[in-house]
Amino acid sequence: MSGPSTYNPSTGIEKWLDDRLPIIRLGYDSFVDFPTPRNLNYWWTFGGILAVFLMIQIVSGIVLAMHYVAHEDYAFESVQRITRDVPFGWLIQSMHANGASFFFVAVYLHMFRGLYYGSYKAPREVLWILGVVIYLLMMATGFMGYVLPWGQMSYWGAMVITNLIGALPFIGDALREWLWGGFSVGQSTLNRFFSLHYLLPFVIAAVVGLHIWALHVPGNGNPVGLETRKGKDNKKDTLPFHPYYTVKDGFAIIVYLMVFAVFVFFLPTVLGHADNYIEADPLVTPAHIVPEWYYLPFYAILRAITFDIGPIDAKLGGVLAMFGAIGILFVLPWLDTSKVRSMRYRPLTRWFFIFFVVAALGLGWCGAVNPDDFVLGITGFKFLYLGQFLTFYYFAYFIIVLPVMGIIEKPKERPASIEAAVLGSDKA
Amino acid sequence: MTEENGAPGADGQEPSRRDFIYIAAGGAAAVGGGLVAWPFIDQMNPAADTLALGSIRVDVSVVAVGSEVTVMWRGGPVFIRHRTEEEIAEAQSVELDALPDEEARNDNLPTGTPGTDANRVLRPEFLIVKGNCTHLGCVPLGLGANTGDYDGWYCPCHGSHYDTSARIRRGPAPENLPVPDYFFETETTVKIGLSPEEASNSGWAVS
Repeated sequence: MSGPSTYNPSTGIEKWLDDRLPIIRLGYDSFVDFPTPRNLNYWWTFGGILAVFLMIQIVSGIVLAMHYVAHEDYAFESVQRITRDVPFGWLIQSMHANGASFFFVAVYLHMFRGLYYGSYKAPREVLWILGVVIYLLMMATGFMGYVLPWGQMSYWGAMVITNLIGALPFIGDALREWLWGGFSVGQSTLNRFFSLHYLLPFVIAAVVGLHIWALHVPGNGNPVGLETRKGKDNKKDTLPFHPYYTVKDGFAIIVYLMVFAVFVFFLPTVLGHADNYIEADPLVTPAHIVPEWYYLPFYAILRAITFDIGPIDAKLGGVLAMFGAIGILFVLPWLDTSKVRSMRYRPLTRWFFIFFVVAALGLGWCGAVNPDDFVLGITGFKFLYLGQFLTFYYFAYFIIVLPVMGIIEKPKERPASIEAAVLGSDKA
Repeated sequence: MTEENGAPGADGQEPSRRDFIYIAAGGAAAVGGGLVAWPFIDQMNPAADTLALGSIRVDVSVVAVGSEVTVMWRGGPVFIRHRTEEEIAEAQSVELDALPDEEARNDNLPTGTPGTDANRVLRPEFLIVKGNCTHLGCVPLGLGANTGDYDGWYCPCHGSHYDTSARIRRGPAPENLPVPDYFFETETTVKIGLSPEEASNSGWAVS
C-alpha cells in the first residue's frame, strides 16, 4: 500500500485475476514484500498475536453458540453442559474463556509498546485512534461475554456496570431501563447481550482491517523512532515482511500459544472467579463483587472518586473518571509535545513512563481488594488512598508529564538512521 | 420554498427548482432515516409482557414484628419489614436536615415530597422498599446479617448505611431506597405494583 507494487503475476490465472480483482497483489504487497524496519524487536510481535487471538475467539465462540442457551433459566446449566457433556466442549469453552484473558494481556503489552516507543505520534495518529476504538470494542465484548454464563459474578457485574449508566443526569434511569429491557438485569438483558456479544467481534475484525490499512500507509514505527528513509536508502533501513517478520511473528505466536495452552489444559479456571460457579441469584449479592482482571485498573479509578466535584456527585464523578481514563487515549497524540518518539532517547520521561506502568498495575491491585482494607497491613493506609494517588498519577502522566516534558526535556542524541542504529551502536 | 422563488439567493442567483429538489430530498431522507431508526431503538425498551408482570400480592401476616422478608418483584428484591415500636420511633425522630437525601422517593407520592418517615410508609408498622442499593444495585444486608450503624440495612459492596426508614445515612449511595407503588388490599395482604389511587380507580378493593 505504500510505494509502488512489486507484485508480478507469474501464471495466466494470476494475471487474469489481477486485471479483475487484484486481491493477490494486495496480499503480496501487505504481507510478503512489505518494507518493514529491520530493527523491530519482540514487542512488535503482539499485533500478529492479537490477530491470532481474534480468530481463536471468533472460531471458538461460533462453536459455543451452537450449544449455549441464552435464557435465564438455562444459561448457567448450558455452559456447565458444554464443559461436561459436549464432545470437546471442555476444550473449546476453556479456549474461549482463557482466550479472552490472553487477548487482553496481548493488547495491554501492545498498547504499552505504543506508549513507550511513541507509536501514536504523527503520522500515526489515526492508526492509534483506531487502536483505541478496537480496545473499547474489546472491553464491551468482554463485558457482555462474561455475563453469558449467568453465574453470580456475571449477574452482579452486569448489575453494577449497568447501574453506572443510571448515574448520568436526566436520562440515566430511562437509559438503564432501555439497556435492561426490563426493570432489572434479566432475561431481556441476557438475550441482547448474547446478540451483541456475537456481533461485536466482527465489528472488531472490520476495524482491525482499517487499523492495518492505517499502519501500511506510513509503515511500522520502530525502537529508535526514526522513519525509514525514502528512495534507494529505503532498502538499507528495511527488510521484506516475508520471510523476516513472518518468521519472527510466527515464533512469538508459538511461544505465546504454549503459555496459553498451559492455562487451557492445566489451569482452565484459575483466571475465573469461584462465585461464578453459583447460578445468578437476583436476591443475594456476593460479598465482594469484582470484575474480570482486565477491568480492575478502571474499576479502581471508578471507586477512587469518593468525593463530589462541584455539581458532579461522587457516583457520576467516578463514572466520568473511568471513561475519561480511556477517553484520554484518543487525544494522546496531541498531548505529547515531544518530537522524539522513542523513550530510549527521553531520559526523564522514560522514568515517568516506567512509573506509569507501575501505577497501572497498582490500580489493578487496588481494584481487586476492598478499598477500606489497609495496604500491606499498614494501619490507616487504605487501598482507597493508594487508588486515589495512582488515579491522580494516571491522569497527570497524560495531562502534565507528557505536555511539559516535551518542552523542558533535552533528548539524547539519536542515530542518523535505522541502518546506523542496527550496524553501529543504537545507544548513540 | 416555492414562494421564495424570485428572491435572489446567497450567491446572487435565483434559487432553481434543482435547489428545491436537493433540499426536499435531503430533508425527506433525514426524516425518513429517523423514522426507520426509531423502531430499532425502541425495541430494546421493556416489552408489553414485561410491563404486564407489574404487580404481585404478598401476605404480610406471616411477617412477625421485628422481622423482615424479601420478595421478588419485577426481577429484583423488595424488602418488607414489620417494624418494632423502637424502630418506628427511631425513624420518626430523625430531622430532615440529617438526611443526605431529603426526598421521600415514594412512588405513591409526588416527587419532591420531603423524606419524613410518615411519607415513606402507608402504615407505620410495615416498611416496604425496593431492595437494590441506589449506589450500584447490590442487595443490602438487613436483619439477621448486618443492619449497619443506623439499624436498617447495610450494603456490603461499598458500605452504604440505611436507617429504619431505609433512608441513606452514610456511604456512597445517593438516594433513599425507593418505595414502590403498593396498597393494602386487606388488613394482611399487600399488592405491590399499584398505588392506592391507581387501585381504586381500577376498581380494586383498597383496605
